[in-house]
Amino acid sequence: MKARVFVRLKSEVLDPQGQAIESALKNLNENNIKNIRQGKLIEMDIEAKNVQEAKKSIEDITLKLLANTVIEDYKIEIE
Amino acid sequence: MEISIIRFPGTNCEVDTYNAVKKVLGITSKILSCKDTVIPKSDLIIIPGGFSYGDYLRSGAIAAREPIMSDLIKKAKNGVNILGICNGFQILTECNLLPGALLKNSTLKFISKITNIQITRNDTFFSKDYDKNQSVKIPVAHHDGNYFVDQETLRAIEENAQVAMRYAEPINGSLNNIAGLYNNSFNILGMMPHPERAIDNQTGSNDGIKLFQSMLKSMSL
Repeated sequence: MKARVFVRLKSEVLDPQGQAIESALKNLNENNIKNIRQGKLIEMDIEAKNVQEAKKSIEDITLKLLANTVIEDYKIEIE
Repeated sequence: MEISIIRFPGTNCEVDTYNAVKKVLGITSKILSCKDTVIPKSDLIIIPGGFSYGDYLRSGAIAAREPIMSDLIKKAKNGVNILGICNGFQILTECNLLPGALLKNSTLKFISKITNIQITRNDTFFSKDYDKNQSVKIPVAHHDGNYFVDQETLRAIEENAQVAMRYAEPINGSLNNIAGLYNNSFNILGMMPHPERAIDNQTGSNDGIKLFQSMLKSMSL
């Protein structure tokens, strides 16, 4: 199975990288874009009996390593 | 007096730290590999600065899961004194020995300069030789020094007087200008400034000497 973990800064955490991207877009005269937030996507293959079991394993490694829940939220997708 | 310094791939301040300990305290410390599973008996363990694992994933995140860290966490909980400098501070937050996290500087700039720092208290293992609220000059060199923690924990940290040092003026977006932090038993200190780079006036400041002397004094007690 394929798993994807989306990790992004919590909404209350300042994201200077997102702001820098936004200011670059303004330089390109793209003025309709606002509130850019940059996150990361971590993809992997996982062996599991079913989606539920895969999701549980991925949630476990996300909490252990992939996301720091002090500053980040995450979302898991399995297919 | 036994001092251990832990080196990860990408650590780059272990020799400066070793030399500072040698020059200021006359103690020869041991530099350990992060692949070791046991830390020899130590009065002080130092996690020096650098860019362990290239700051991949999050700064300090990969290092915090290395084999040596299980023994470090065990020793920390048994009261062994631990100093994390810069990347060492980031690693200590990543393994939950210190609360919070260090985010990218709000300016998005790498900051490398001698900085005015206020030492908040002088009654801990690490700070005996300073005066209370003493202003010192110590260099910082970081990209991820913006201290963040949830409001409730921040209140608790302030109530327990766990803030070890603050920037005299905002430089990187850190909450309450926090530059260094103790755990709630005060045997662990994480700090973004580099005291090992402030031991000789020829390089701009020797205000870091007192941190090393404080630790020696505490270890001799």
